Amino acid sequence: MADASNNDAFVEFERVQKSYDGENLVVKDLNLIMPKGEFLTMLGPSGSGKTTCLMMLAGFETATHGDIRLGGTSINNIPPHKRGIGMVFQNYALFPHMTIAENLSFPLEVRKMGKSEREAKVKRALDMVEMGAFGGRRPSQLSGGQQQRIALARALVFEPELVLMDEPLGALDKQLREKMQFEITHLAHRLGITVVYVTHDQTEALTMSDRVAVFEDGRIQQLAPPDKLYEEPQNSFVAQFIGENNTLEGVVKEINNGVALVQLDDGELIDCKPVNVSKPGERTRVSIRPERVEYNKDRLSEGAHTLKAEVLEFIYMGDIFRTRLRVAGNDEFVIKTRNAPDQVRLKPGQQIEIGWLPEDCRALDA
Amino acid sequence: MSDTTQNGPVLAADGTPLKRSLAKALRMQKIRALMLIAPLLLFILVTFILPVGDMLFRSVDNRIVQEVLPTTVSALETWDPASSELPGEAVFAALAVDMKAAAEAKVHTKVAKRLNYENPGLSSVFRKSGRKIKKWDVENEGPYKERLIELNDGWADIELWRTLKTYSGKRTMGYFLNAVDMKLGAEGVTVRPEDERIYNTMLIRTMRMSLIITFSCIMLGYPVAWLLANLSTRSANMLMILVLLPFWTSLLVRTSSWKILLQQQGVINDVLVWIGIVGDDNRLVLINNELGTIIAMTHILLPFMILPMYSVMQTIQPTYLRAAKSLGATNWTAFWRVYFPQSVPGIGAGSILVFILAVGYYITPALVGGTKGTFISNLIAYHISTSGNWGLGAALGAILLAVVLVLYWVYDKIVGIDNVKLG
Repeated sequence: MADASNNDAFVEFERVQKSYDGENLVVKDLNLIMPKGEFLTMLGPSGSGKTTCLMMLAGFETATHGDIRLGGTSINNIPPHKRGIGMVFQNYALFPHMTIAENLSFPLEVRKMGKSEREAKVKRALDMVEMGAFGGRRPSQLSGGQQQRIALARALVFEPELVLMDEPLGALDKQLREKMQFEITHLAHRLGITVVYVTHDQTEALTMSDRVAVFEDGRIQQLAPPDKLYEEPQNSFVAQFIGENNTLEGVVKEINNGVALVQLDDGELIDCKPVNVSKPGERTRVSIRPERVEYNKDRLSEGAHTLKAEVLEFIYMGDIFRTRLRVAGNDEFVIKTRNAPDQVRLKPGQQIEIGWLPEDCRALDA
Repeated sequence: MSDTTQNGPVLAADGTPLKRSLAKALRMQKIRALMLIAPLLLFILVTFILPVGDMLFRSVDNRIVQEVLPTTVSALETWDPASSELPGEAVFAALAVDMKAAAEAKVHTKVAKRLNYENPGLSSVFRKSGRKIKKWDVENEGPYKERLIELNDGWADIELWRTLKTYSGKRTMGYFLNAVDMKLGAEGVTVRPEDERIYNTMLIRTMRMSLIITFSCIMLGYPVAWLLANLSTRSANMLMILVLLPFWTSLLVRTSSWKILLQQQGVINDVLVWIGIVGDDNRLVLINNELGTIIAMTHILLPFMILPMYSVMQTIQPTYLRAAKSLGATNWTAFWRVYFPQSVPGIGAGSILVFILAVGYYITPALVGGTKGTFISNLIAYHISTSGNWGLGAALGAILLAVVLVLYWVYDKIVGIDNVKLG
């Protein structure tokens, strides 16, 4: 599907707002442009407005204000059954009184498709999710993972260009969930469909998506590819929400050449990358990823600011070591180190010095 | 245990067979469970199973004839009812002995009553003769045939003897045949003459009207149940109170208010006349007929339809409808193909409940049914409390019970009773 229209806007939200009670906005000024073929995840805690956005796109909720466009045409006034959008629901919503094949045949029947064509398409869709032998069964006779596949096949069988998924893997156990994550992404890329995926599981968002929109308080806090989101969070909420994160609080002393000098609340000074601080005197929350913290002095650059730390706890996790430290009065400062032959295993009570590259330490909003 | 070998049953740790060990372990639990339900079990046994059993027994019971007229019954054994001749002197002699004993014990009226059901008019023959025979010396005053016929010429009627012979057994099908407008006579089972037929019409009317009432309840109840299941909790609670309100009002009050509403000088007719839809001299007959019974009973039984429907609809998640719409179904298709089939168990449960209640309903048809809108239960009540023909009442009740059981069985075959959900 690599044609020129690929970069055109396929799904568009323009200044969309949603209120249920006329007093509070659940979605505040949403702007989003998705090209065709993209896998976009809406990630956020419950009540952040992500599911509402999905429901507005599907047509089950109407936008209080703003415009939602699909392929260039406004769909605000098009009822859900005419939008031609496939949808996978959280609890699968497979019709319990129909067999698997009847479930899959349903969207084709309502489109008045002929019997032989229907049967061929149902068979192809079932084979696609490796469930070809299950057409005659009822949904209740299938396991959770199998129902998941059927729900996916049903959303795809009428060949929609856009598929919405509302926490489709929420009910599965961890191993199955990981397996399905890959299956869904592979399938989506192979078919070239555009997917809007809603989840509150950040690992799922990172592993599956082309881009992730982090929702909080009715707004998109950051819209970026997974690696950018993890490594360059734009504000403290995103930094906290995505992955594990260490925070230290302090005040900006000065900003020079793209480096901010921050005085932590216990008086120590560190160098940071200013992200959304602009002038000295502002309070800031400094964010460092656990795996970017270094305690081996040889590996720290010359003249880097270091902090004193006391080891509180050492946890052996197999592939990595997770060490909890007390740093600048914060007892929850965590570092992660790879389990390598030359790696030092820290002991509780040990006094060490830690440091990091200034660009890994981001000064965000307080 | 010496009788178990290595190839025998699985053994518990102490060597007893595992099955016995398990049964022993569970025995206490079973006894305790039984104790818990014992009061209810006893209650059901005394107030439900025994009365129903007694009713079924009464519908075929005919011991009274043999008990009161034992020698007559045995003397009649040799008499051929097909012959046109009266029984011989021996039978009349036996009758005189029996009647004197019966009259002294004052039980001759019972047999009179019993035989009168089968052959109206016999009662007076027995009653009148009984008073006189009591004074007879039955040991040596013969011949009895002439004396009895002289006493009451009813004894010369061969039909009396045929009836007595036919109903001399301990069990009888008479009540049941009577209940389906047939008759067991000397010449076998015959259909009653047209002007005596009543019960078949009543039974069919009861079934037909119960079906209409059930159907009306479905049509009226379904939207209400749907609203209940889909409104916000607060509005649904309010609506639920409205649905339950009739339960908290006396049945008699509700039925009487229908009388006020429906009668010819009642509220509905007054309003229609006032608007001008109906002429004052042409008021609608809404009560004391089938229509009145249907209207009042639909109203009274509606909650029994709504509640099972509601409990089933509550379990149908709204995402099914959303899923159907996202797959391209219009509102109507989504409802008809996805929602409705899932609500059928509720309709089934409600229909069974309403139909069974309707078939046996008594008070409402009695009050608003007039003569054309009464049910079989009104006839049963008549036979139990007014005519005293308990056997016939029991037979009609047994038929009603059988019909309900058959319908239940048919329903189970078609829909499956597992699909019925009451909650």
